[in-house]
Amino acid sequence: MDRFVWTSGLLEINETLVIQQRGVRIYDGEEKIKFDAGTLLLSTHRLIWRDQKNHECCMAILLSQIVFIEEQAAGIGKSAKIVVHLHPAPPNKEPGPFQSSKNSYIKLSFKEHGQIEFYRRLSEEMTQRRWENMPVSQSLQTNRGPQPGRIRAVGIVGIERKLEEKRKETDKNISEAFEDLSKLMIKAKEMVELSKSIANKIKDKQGDITEDETIRFKSYLLSMGIANPVTRETYGSGTQYHMQLAKQLAGILQVPLEERGGIMSLTEVYCLVNRARGMELLSPEDLVNACKMLEALKLPLSGVMVIELQSHKEEEMVASALETVSEKGSLTSEEFAKLVGMSVLLAKERLLLAEKMGHLCRDDSVEGLRFYPNLFMTQS
Amino acid sequence: MHRRGVGAGAIAKKKLAEAKYKERGTVLAEDQLAQHPLTGEMACRNQLKMMSKQLDMFKTNLEEFASKHKQEIRKNPEFRVQFQDMCATIGVDPLASGKGFWSEMLGVGDFYYELGVQIIEVCLALKHRNGGLITLEELHQQVLKGRGKFAQDVSQDDLIRAIKKLKALGTGFGIIPVGGTYLIQSVPAELNMDHTVVLQLAEKNGYVTVSEIKASLKWETERARQVLEHLLKEGLAWLDLQAPGEAHYWLPALFTDLYSQEITAEEAREALP
Repeated sequence: MDRFVWTSGLLEINETLVIQQRGVRIYDGEEKIKFDAGTLLLSTHRLIWRDQKNHECCMAILLSQIVFIEEQAAGIGKSAKIVVHLHPAPPNKEPGPFQSSKNSYIKLSFKEHGQIEFYRRLSEEMTQRRWENMPVSQSLQTNRGPQPGRIRAVGIVGIERKLEEKRKETDKNISEAFEDLSKLMIKAKEMVELSKSIANKIKDKQGDITEDETIRFKSYLLSMGIANPVTRETYGSGTQYHMQLAKQLAGILQVPLEERGGIMSLTEVYCLVNRARGMELLSPEDLVNACKMLEALKLPLSGVMVIELQSHKEEEMVASALETVSEKGSLTSEEFAKLVGMSVLLAKERLLLAEKMGHLCRDDSVEGLRFYPNLFMTQS
Repeated sequence: MHRRGVGAGAIAKKKLAEAKYKERGTVLAEDQLAQHPLTGEMACRNQLKMMSKQLDMFKTNLEEFASKHKQEIRKNPEFRVQFQDMCATIGVDPLASGKGFWSEMLGVGDFYYELGVQIIEVCLALKHRNGGLITLEELHQQVLKGRGKFAQDVSQDDLIRAIKKLKALGTGFGIIPVGGTYLIQSVPAELNMDHTVVLQLAEKNGYVTVSEIKASLKWETERARQVLEHLLKEGLAWLDLQAPGEAHYWLPALFTDLYSQEITAEEAREALP
């Protein structure tokens, strides 16, 4: 912990920010110290830590002082950590929070997550060593660690050996996993080829299989995650699974739809349904395929897919929109959304539809888009 | 392995198929490679049977794999990337359906689908501030905050994959490369190439001016103004008339101090009507 120096936290010219993460605590070796909540910044040259409560408290170490880093996985009640092993501090080091320390390493504890990404970036910087090619001001250079090849402190050698062993062990696990995975993939690939052949036969009407067999084929594709090349009108790309889903959805969505003016975007539905399920969630494609079977799916004006209640007739809705706007004189999408209780996005769509049908006209300024009843139509 | 009529070509194909299968060590019953002139219909039906058998075998193998390595996928984002890439190479989408084998047995589905929900909530909660455009970094920070202490960490790659899946919902999710990172679009604002290029230009300083556009992109004033007005209308840009020199068009999506703003999970959920 004695390697840190006080700093203003401002980056030098040629020094760029790589990544930052809030909620990081620093340990001196294994000991907790008072720096328990800060933002950790990684630049091309340094690792900077700034106290979240007191921004004046800001310190840094040079990346060149780092010997190596290792990850410590999260546990129950424990955040994921990065362990940073350091070269000894040079004698002419600038002042910092600690004058001396018995530890040659520190730990960074990621209490608000972000450890994975940070570790990845830090490893990259350690490999690329960009600080060597991008010189910065003198004040940073005086703290350069010992040149590679020099004799390091004894304690570090033992740690390095342990790390090497751990790396080999991890590598072994990963490579075993990859080997197993590769074998799996080969088998999967065979099935992809086979499915293509079958699909081609079906398309060319060479294989006249029954509806039952087609349904079964589609469920095979679904299980394997193979895109469905067969586009038969009767079922679209749906399977029995999607039919069941569709029925479930019809039940689940009745009340929410009524509460939201009879219309919801697929995004809203996706969140609603998956939050309710908690586990065994639906994929976006599952939802789309199920909805296609609902026949309630409509595609309004621009790039938005929605679910509408069957009782929900477009003309009625547009007429009532016109009434609402006339009552108030004029409305923006946000105002309309609040009045009717639907999302702003869908409110906008409905107003645009009304405009297209000639009932409303727009006043489009930098202040926003406002709709008025189309008096040109009614009063000519 | 297609059983068409007899002939030299068919014989050669059969030999090739046999050799391929021997190489891979896949076991196929001998009679399936026998030389019978079958019609297309029978061949198709037999292939279906074969696929069904292979599927069962595959399911068993996948279960075995899962029991040994499921943790690896859960904990190791590098492994997830490799896994996804391998699947893509052979033409398989492990995230296509929650009912797929991959999702059911390896648990990859729930991980990404839940992430999708969290991404949507964050984007909605911040939309009033940035118009529906957010940097990948900020999205990452906010999602991590929302996930809470005990949830698993996610990488930026995980986010990108989840967003790619969300596109199926048709709500204007887009991924725009700028600088060394990405802007995530979550509303169906129409952004063509001109708009995107101006966004990329603005990434450096968080704002852009008409002169800058004219100088860097060699456009005429009118073209630059139109693009900027569109961004203003869509709520993606703010106009600063008091800036020194000419008007500055700021992009809130690119403000880094927005990182420090707190959104609680409550606020995120309330953003959905």
